[in-house]
Order: sequence, then structure tokens, then C-alpha cells
Amino acid sequence: MRSLSLSGHVGFDSLPDQLVSKSVSQGFSFNILCVGETGIGKSTLMNTLFNTTFENEEASHFHNGVHLRPRTYSLQESNVDLQLTIVDTVGFGDQVNKEESYKPIVDYIDAQFENFLEEELKIKRSLYNYHDSRIHICLYFIAPSGHSLKSLDLVTMKKLDSKVNIIPIIAKADTVSKSELQKFKIKIMSELVSNGVQIYQFPTDDEAVAEINSSMNAHLPFAVIGSSEEVKIGNKMVRARQYPWGVVQVENESHCDFVKLREMLIRVNMLDLREQTHARHYELYRRCKLEEMGFKDTDADSEPFSLQETYVAKRREFIGELQMKEEQMRQMFVNKVKETEAELKEKERELHERFEMLKRTHQEEKRSLEEMRRDFEEEMNTFNRRKVAAETLQSLQGSTGLKKDKEKKT
Amino acid sequence: MAQKNLEGYVGFASLPNQVYRKSVKRGFEFTLMVVGESGLGKSTLINSLFLTDLYSGEYPGPSNRIKKTVQVEQSKVLMKEGGVQLLLSIVDTPGFGDAVDNSNCWQPVIDHIDSKFEDYLNAESRVNRRQMPDSRVHCCLYFIAPSGHGLKPLDIEFMKRLHEKVNIIPLIAKADTLTPEECQQFKKQIMREILEHKIKIYEFPETDDEEENKIVKTIKDRLPLAVVGSNTIIEANGKKVRGRQYPWGVAEVENGDHCDFTLLRNMLIRTHMQDLKDVTNNVHYENYRSRKLAAVTCNGIDNNKAKGQLTKSPLAQMEEERREHVTKMKKMEMEMEQVFEMKVKEKVQKLKDSEGELQRRHEQMKKNLEAQHKELEERRRQFEEERSTWETQQRILEQQKMTLEKNKKKGKIF
Repeated sequence: MRSLSLSGHVGFDSLPDQLVSKSVSQGFSFNILCVGETGIGKSTLMNTLFNTTFENEEASHFHNGVHLRPRTYSLQESNVDLQLTIVDTVGFGDQVNKEESYKPIVDYIDAQFENFLEEELKIKRSLYNYHDSRIHICLYFIAPSGHSLKSLDLVTMKKLDSKVNIIPIIAKADTVSKSELQKFKIKIMSELVSNGVQIYQFPTDDEAVAEINSSMNAHLPFAVIGSSEEVKIGNKMVRARQYPWGVVQVENESHCDFVKLREMLIRVNMLDLREQTHARHYELYRRCKLEEMGFKDTDADSEPFSLQETYVAKRREFIGELQMKEEQMRQMFVNKVKETEAELKEKERELHERFEMLKRTHQEEKRSLEEMRRDFEEEMNTFNRRKVAAETLQSLQGSTGLKKDKEKKT
Repeated sequence: MAQKNLEGYVGFASLPNQVYRKSVKRGFEFTLMVVGESGLGKSTLINSLFLTDLYSGEYPGPSNRIKKTVQVEQSKVLMKEGGVQLLLSIVDTPGFGDAVDNSNCWQPVIDHIDSKFEDYLNAESRVNRRQMPDSRVHCCLYFIAPSGHGLKPLDIEFMKRLHEKVNIIPLIAKADTLTPEECQQFKKQIMREILEHKIKIYEFPETDDEEENKIVKTIKDRLPLAVVGSNTIIEANGKKVRGRQYPWGVAEVENGDHCDFTLLRNMLIRTHMQDLKDVTNNVHYENYRSRKLAAVTCNGIDNNKAKGQLTKSPLAQMEEERREHVTKMKKMEMEMEQVFEMKVKEKVQKLKDSEGELQRRHEQMKKNLEAQHKELEERRRQFEEERSTWETQQRILEQQKMTLEKNKKKGKIF
């Protein structure tokens, strides 16, 4: 490929500006997930970070599960429009049994990926004006115990690290003293490393920001404080927390890492967080989902599949499956009918057998009756013969007697 | 969605800077297609646009590379300006419109554009996706010969077939052969014909910026742009300009009164290059993709149903079909079940009736037999009675006879 030199000003150096003006006119969107126990300061930190007051009711400790509450706001700074969605984990860490606490969070993140994937797979789609609800950053609030991570923290972060960019922060850092803080940070980082938890690394591949990013990486986790109150320092009103022993200033870098967090999260790496979400976490989700559904990039002969072939093959398989189901059902019915027919035939046969038997019995009885009748007839005949014989004899004797008598008389 | 006011510095106003920074790091790509008959000054124009020897002795332009059939050929060059890197691909079509019979000379062009869409679609649809290089054609400069009359049938054919696949920017080539009035007329005629044939050439988008909109309007009024190209520097009016030297004067390339070159360059490169890419991605590519996928998945389904299914992904559609099938099967099962039950009932009833009938007959016969029995019994009884009566009678008679005989013997009864 040739590299050509230009003999004048062509003007394509305006391409970045063209891109910028396009993206400014479209507006930006950013989605933050705050994970942390109730009362740890999630809402206050959001208010502090974005210098405004997002509405929020005080959460109770008695939810029987974790549920996620997304809220979207429209912000503007200079000429830049930002659609900010803050997702709060309500009830996190409040239950006695926290084994399932991470599930609603993972489910929510996956659901946003799923929505995007669905849109991406549609036949008629409109990706360029799709409202991206995927979580770009998860701020994990660590309780300022000063000792180490809780097992809930490790379990949760381990479940989330392959799905979302995680920045761990130490909340309410004004309760940890400076010396304790250093030890605490080191402990936390080593626990994360030994448990294989992948947190978000500020990118160092772009020279413009490589230096600041790599130095910030060393300050993780950020120890932050949030405040909704303002205190007068000098002649300015600053966000701060007033204690009898002093004033903790949120934006004072020697008091806490708030400014570092804001720099990294918003001013330097916001775009990178979006890109990582899309190029890494979403791609992983998509790859797993497609593989689950049986999609492959190469067929049995390692020939690359075109999307069409995949769809056509899938469709054929699907139709085949449906037809097979129909066949099975029909077959089942045919068998059922056969069985029942056989049963009924059997019953019919038994019935006929029974009656055949009865018939035979009846024939027998008829025959014996006939015999009886014949005997009787014979008896009668015999008797009649006797009678006739006797009567004949008598009449003969009688007439003879009479004759004799008659003869005697005369 | 609630609107919130910021009470102080937050920092996301730096987002445009972040966009700028990342885009410069990534670098830019652009694919430009040049189509027109040979000798219309295509190579010169490209060289003038990019102020470099894209086409040269070593890399000749399309008019010098004519083959027997229309070819579509691509060459890539790398350019850098102001820290911004551009990978420019030029696609040209040697042989286009040069044959005696030019039927279908647009087909290789269509095929090329579609194959780039296909490549992108496949890359986008892979399970394992990597960084996808975008080699789709972002813009097509179509060169119209400066006849002064109107569009040729080939021009109309080409544009009609390509306008829904690529951004077409029609140009009047070698505009220095037309006087301003001729050029005006020519332009009007061409735009009339474009409208008449419902050809959709690239449309400049409206912006929120008043200034920009004024420029856009200027361009719209002067479409199609009439261009002249040259990379030779000539001295004219004490200035060094790029132009074409004639005995009667110098036609300056960058003079807005002489031709629209500057407008073209500004629009194509300096203001709308990104938009050309966006329209290609959001409109032309999406059209290709949805047509392709609809063909794959709506096979055999009638049109009415197909329309409603375009808003789903093919997989979601299969899911729905599966659900429908489950309902259908349930219904079928129910119906079959019903028919079966009915038939069984019938048969069972028949059997019962049969049994009843047989039973009745049996009872009947039994009764009959019993009656006969009884009758016989009765007769026998009667007979026995008769017999015993007669026998008794006979005995009496016998006795009488015997007594008589005895008496006779005893004393002779006279």
C-alpha cells in the first residue's frame, strides 16, 4: 500500500471535527451502576459527582431481596447533552442470607445486553438511534472497615468482573485515618488480585492520557467522600462535611480521592468506558449467547459460514423439529387408537363367548326338557294302552256277563 | 426523563475532546468510487481533489487501463494531514460506457458494491467478531459528459440502478468546455431529468448551524457540480494557481466563478465526508442487510405476514413461530382427543347395547323354557292324578269282580 504526500492542504484533517459535531448533535448517554450496602453513600456520591440533586427516598433496610432501580436524567454542560442513567442496588447487603444477592445485578446487566443483541439481530433495525441502556461502569462501594473486603464484596465482584467495568471505591473514607487508608488500599488490591477479580484499568495505550491514567491506576481503590452540604472555606462555598475537629473538603485532594475519581470517570475515560463495554463485555455476552443457540463461525469442514447459511441451516433444523413433533403426536394417537380398538375387540369377544356358553346351556336344558316330555308321552301312551286294554276287556267281560245273565234269564 | 441543572463543574463537556482524541488515534477510512466514460478527466480530478499523484505514470488512471470487459478495480493509499491519518480507497471502472453495446455495464459495479456489503454483513454476523474493516463504498462520483443537452440513457440507467446502493454525486466533467449560460441550462436540464426519473442523489443534510445551512443551500442550487481538474501550477494575474492554460486565458480550478471544484472539495472532504460514511452505514447498508435477511427467513411465508416480521430478529421470529406451533399442536391434540373419546364412547355404547340385547334374549328363552317346564309338570300332575284315580277304580273293579267270582263259586248265582 502506498503512502502519498500531499502538495497542499486537502482538508481531511477536519474529519475528527466532523465526527465530533455529529456526536455532539446526537448527544451522549452514560449508564452508571452503583453497588453497595444501604446507607453507604451511593446517592450522596452521585449528587456530588454530578453537582446536582437527584431525587431519592431514603432506603429501608428491610427489603427481602436486592432489586435494581434505574433512573434516567438529562444533563447539559456547555453544549454537550448527556443522558445519564443511574442504577441503584436497593437492599444490597441487608439480608441475612446474601448468597443470591449478586443475581439480580447480573440479571439486570445481562438483560441490557440481551436488549441490545435483539435489536442488533432484527431484520429492520435502527441501531444509530437506539437508546443504549447497557451499564458502562459499576462503582463498587466498599465499606470503610479499614481491614479488608467482605466476602460478599469478593463474591459479587467476581461475578461482575466479566460483565461490566468495575471501579472499586472506598466509601465514607473520612472514617478511615490516613495511615489505615494506605494499608486498607493495599489489602484490598491484593485480595482482588489473589481472587482473580478483574477491575477496570484506565487505558494507557493513548499517549495523550497514558501518563495520567497509569498514575491513577496506582491509587485504586479511590477513597471518596460525598456531601450534599456546603461549607464556606475562604470566600467560596465548597462541598464539605463539618466535624467538630475540622472540615473535610470533598474536592481537596489531600482529604480524599474524589477529584481523582471524577477525573478518571468523567473527564478522561468516559468514552473509553463506553467502548470497553461494547467491544469487550457485550461481545463476550454476544458470543456466549450465539454459541448457546448453536451458531458457529465455521462448519464441519472448517469452511467459514456465512450468516445466511447459518440462518438457513437453523431454519431448516427448526422446521424439521416442528414437523417431527407433529409426527410424534400423530403417531401417539395412532397407537392409542390401535390399543383401544384391540381392547374393545377383546371385550366384544368375551361378551360373545359368554353368550355362546349361555346358549349352549340353554340348548342342553331344552334337550333334557324334550327328553322329559318324551318320557312323559311314553308313560301316557303306556297308560292309555292299559286303559284301553282294560276297558276293552271290561266291555268284553261285561257284555259276556250280560249275555250270560241274559241267557240265564230266558 | 428529568432535566437536572448542574450547580458546578462536572466535566463531561470534555466528551467531544475524548471523541476527537480517540478518532485521531484510530485513524479514518474512506472508499470513493469514480465512474464515467474514458477521457472525462476522472484521474485528473482525483489527483486535484487530494493534491497528490494518486494516478500517475506508474499507476495509470482507468482510461488507460481499458480491458475487454468492464472491470472494477480498487487501489488503497495512505495519507496524513495535521496528525490525521486517512486510508483512502479509490474504486474505478475502466471500460465503463466505452463499448459499442453498453448494456449491463453497470452490473460489475453493482456486484462490487454488494460484495462489499456482503463482506461487512458476514463480518458483523460472526460469532467471534474482530475489528471490522469498512471497505464499503461510501461515495460514487458519477461523471457526466459535457454535451450541454441532457443526460444520456446510460447515465440514467446507471443512476437508477445504483441510487439505492450508494451515495451518488453526479458531476459535470470538463466543465471548461461550457459557457456559464450553457452550464446553467445543462444543470437545470439534468436536475429536471433526475427528478423525472425519481433518482435519489446524495442529499446534504440540514444542520442546526445557520452558517452551514447557507452553504448547503448554495451547493443545492448548483447541483450537479461542474468541475475542472488540474495539477499544473500556472501563473495567472500574478498569482500561482492550478489551472488549465488556453490561448484565450487560464481556467482556474479553484476559482468559484470558473467552476464548482472548490465546492466539491469542501463538501466531499472538508464537511460531509463523515456524513457520507454515516448514510452508507445507516441507510444503504441497512437496506441491503434487511433485504438479505428477509429473503433468508421469510421464505415461503406470504407477504402480509412477512411485513410484520421484519421488526424482529430472525431468531425471535423463530421463537414466535415455535410458540404458535405449540398452540397449534395443543389444539390439534385436543381435537384428536375429542374425536377419539367420541369414537370410544360410540363403540362402548354399541357393546352395551349388544350385551343388553343378548341378555334380553337369554332371559326370554329362559322364561320360555321355564314355562314349558311348568306346563309339563302340570300335565304330569294331571295325568298322575288321572292314572291314580283310574288305577284306584280298576282296583275296585277288580275287587268287585273277584268278590263276584267268589260268590259265583260259592253258591251258584243263577
